[in-house]
Amino acid sequence: MTDATAMLTTNDGQPLKAALARSQRRARRNALLLVAPLFLFVLITFVIPIGQMLSQSVYNNNFSVAAPNLGAWFDDHPQGSEIDETAFAALVADLQYMKEEKLSGSAGTRINYDISGSRSLFTGSARKVDDLTPPYAISVPALDEKWTDPNLWRAMRSASSPLTGDFYLAALDLTRDEAGVIVQVEPRQRVYKMLFGRTLMLSALITGICLVLAFPIAHLLATLPLAKSNLLMILVLLPFWTSLLVRTTSWIVLLQQQGVVNSLLVSLGIIGDDGRIQMIYNQMGTIIAMTHILLPFMVLPLYSVMRPIPPSYVRAARSLGASSWTAFRRIYLPQTVPGMAAGALLVFILSVGYYITPALVGGADGQLISNLIAFHMQKSLNWSLAAALAGLLLFGVLVLYWLYDKLVGIDNLKLG
Amino acid sequence: MTATETDDGFVEFDHVQKSYDGETLVVKDLNLSIGKGEFLTMLGPSGSGKTTCLMMLAGFETATNGAIRLDGQNINEVPPHKRGIGMVFQNYALFPHMSVGENLSFPLEVRGFGKSEREAKVRRALDMVQMGDFAFRRPAQLSGGQQQRIALARALVFDPKLVLMDEPLGALDKQLREHMQFEIKRLHENLGLTVVYVTHDQGEALTMSDRVAVFNDGRIQQLAPPEDLYERPDNSFVAQFIGENNKLPGTVEELSADKALVKLDTGELIDCTPVNVADRGQRTLVSIRPERVEFKPEMMPPGAHTIQAEVLEVIYMGDIFRTRMLVAGSDEFVMKSRNTLGQTKLVPGQHIQIGWHPQDARALDPL
Repeated sequence: MTDATAMLTTNDGQPLKAALARSQRRARRNALLLVAPLFLFVLITFVIPIGQMLSQSVYNNNFSVAAPNLGAWFDDHPQGSEIDETAFAALVADLQYMKEEKLSGSAGTRINYDISGSRSLFTGSARKVDDLTPPYAISVPALDEKWTDPNLWRAMRSASSPLTGDFYLAALDLTRDEAGVIVQVEPRQRVYKMLFGRTLMLSALITGICLVLAFPIAHLLATLPLAKSNLLMILVLLPFWTSLLVRTTSWIVLLQQQGVVNSLLVSLGIIGDDGRIQMIYNQMGTIIAMTHILLPFMVLPLYSVMRPIPPSYVRAARSLGASSWTAFRRIYLPQTVPGMAAGALLVFILSVGYYITPALVGGADGQLISNLIAFHMQKSLNWSLAAALAGLLLFGVLVLYWLYDKLVGIDNLKLG
Repeated sequence: MTATETDDGFVEFDHVQKSYDGETLVVKDLNLSIGKGEFLTMLGPSGSGKTTCLMMLAGFETATNGAIRLDGQNINEVPPHKRGIGMVFQNYALFPHMSVGENLSFPLEVRGFGKSEREAKVRRALDMVQMGDFAFRRPAQLSGGQQQRIALARALVFDPKLVLMDEPLGALDKQLREHMQFEIKRLHENLGLTVVYVTHDQGEALTMSDRVAVFNDGRIQQLAPPEDLYERPDNSFVAQFIGENNKLPGTVEELSADKALVKLDTGELIDCTPVNVADRGQRTLVSIRPERVEFKPEMMPPGAHTIQAEVLEVIYMGDIFRTRMLVAGSDEFVMKSRNTLGQTKLVPGQHIQIGWHPQDARALDPL
């Protein structure tokens, strides 16, 4: 008999806790070793790139390293100071430095994000910097009139500190005016907020359509005898085994104005030959193709939730006096909520970041925010803005997760 | 046992047939009349059609032919939720997303009862099964026996005309099962319920029922009170299905109204009660319950035919001895004798004379 208050020991006198830890050490080490490859993989391919991206969105030192003298001048002279001879002298010194270090291109690109045409201004001026003579307040504007633009000086001031929130402002269609106050950009240039809104709206719509289409399929899958449901399951999974590009281009074949669907409608006399419907290269194309591609992600979680619901629940409800609709609504539907929520979350998050399908079939008004991120990554090379847009998207998804956890509970998530 | 005598069929199956595939009949010409307040059990092996009958009564399956009447009204076309039948399912089917109280309240809600009335009825039903403190628990937090009680209370809370139970005790362990049998029986008697109970457990059927319908091959083989079923089986299937049973094949030698002399295949003659044999010379299977076999001459009726037996094995089972013997060429003949003070101990290899009362040996159809 052991005294309950004394520390428990093994029968040869060692503390029980130490003995337990030793006896499990081997198993624990093996478990860690097994997890290690995946942990490293996730760290290298997921955590580090996303960290890089997020830092890129608030940190850009292309201008600040190329213009140390201007940086010092901005530190000494607060916003609104007159752009005097000392400022132009610092500018000329920095242009000199850029010429020597071949930094005028990257510095100009950074300012170009805010003021278009700045890149050529920087590269051109740096090339001719040796011709400049004091007083620089006269000679520099003589070289190029743009150097007197207060907006340019404001942009240089904000770019001279590498840490900046300007990219997030830009991603939300905001900018700073000459006095440094945050204002909306001109209505003509407001694209991002509208695109975020469209992305969320289309994603919600696609999620809704997927839910409506997937629910009966999943129910059928869950209630059919196994042999038949396996066949149906293969049909549901078939899209997974086909290339995304093939599926998307086959929608082009079907939906384009001279395509299968339109020709069928014309030959049936439902529409005239001149009334062919534009079903692709617009929002409709994006919605149809993405719904098709994302449907399995809704079917599978729903199926996995429905399969274990025994038919006796609905039977019990019927025998207790509920009509078939009441039994469905009060008994069956509530039990599928974890599957619906998991499927909706999955489809929504996937479609918020979807890129290739809208790019192929979206036309102009079917583009989503991810297409603009790709544009800034590949065409305009404004990686910081792309990172800021992606950061906002990531933040939105995290908010969604949080909401899901509050409403349904993350431990209720059933993905398959 | 007054209920069994009522002629007015509260529930009536009238020439009911059921086929799922149009090729084979699962239920073949079922005729059954259940009286009000009766506890009727449908007993049979799996695939015998008993559950199908219950599902047709509940309305989850439609009868292919024939009529099912409840309280004189044909219910073939009445959907399940309008039949007013309470049902207890094998896996309880308690709604997992609702508390116990909500589960019980559900049938009252869909019937449009007011809140206070619902609460009163739920409380009464929970008290009835001694689960009054559990209204706010979830079904998953209850043990199997507690879930069973809740399922029972839910089936009764809306005062149904008829209660169906589909193997409700199948998932419980033996002790709990016996306790619940008693509980269900008590509720049946206190509330005057009409119960149709499906099981494949003959012990359950014998202890609880007013009458038992033994199903096999889509037909009722015998419909009788438990006592009759056990002691006076109508045919070989029933004799074999209910309880343990010794079978001796033979031919009818002499036949009168209440007595038959059967010549066994090995030549011995035994006295029997004829049940479904009609003629001399007919093949028959004689059925004798192991506990009715005697080996002491003073326990046998005078003039009874005895038969030679060789003891093969004696198993001590506590309250009884189970003796396996070689009788008339069959080495599976079993005799059960009570473990009383001074009981004669048999040993393997011993030769004895065994006999029985002619009433206990029943000449049935050859299987």
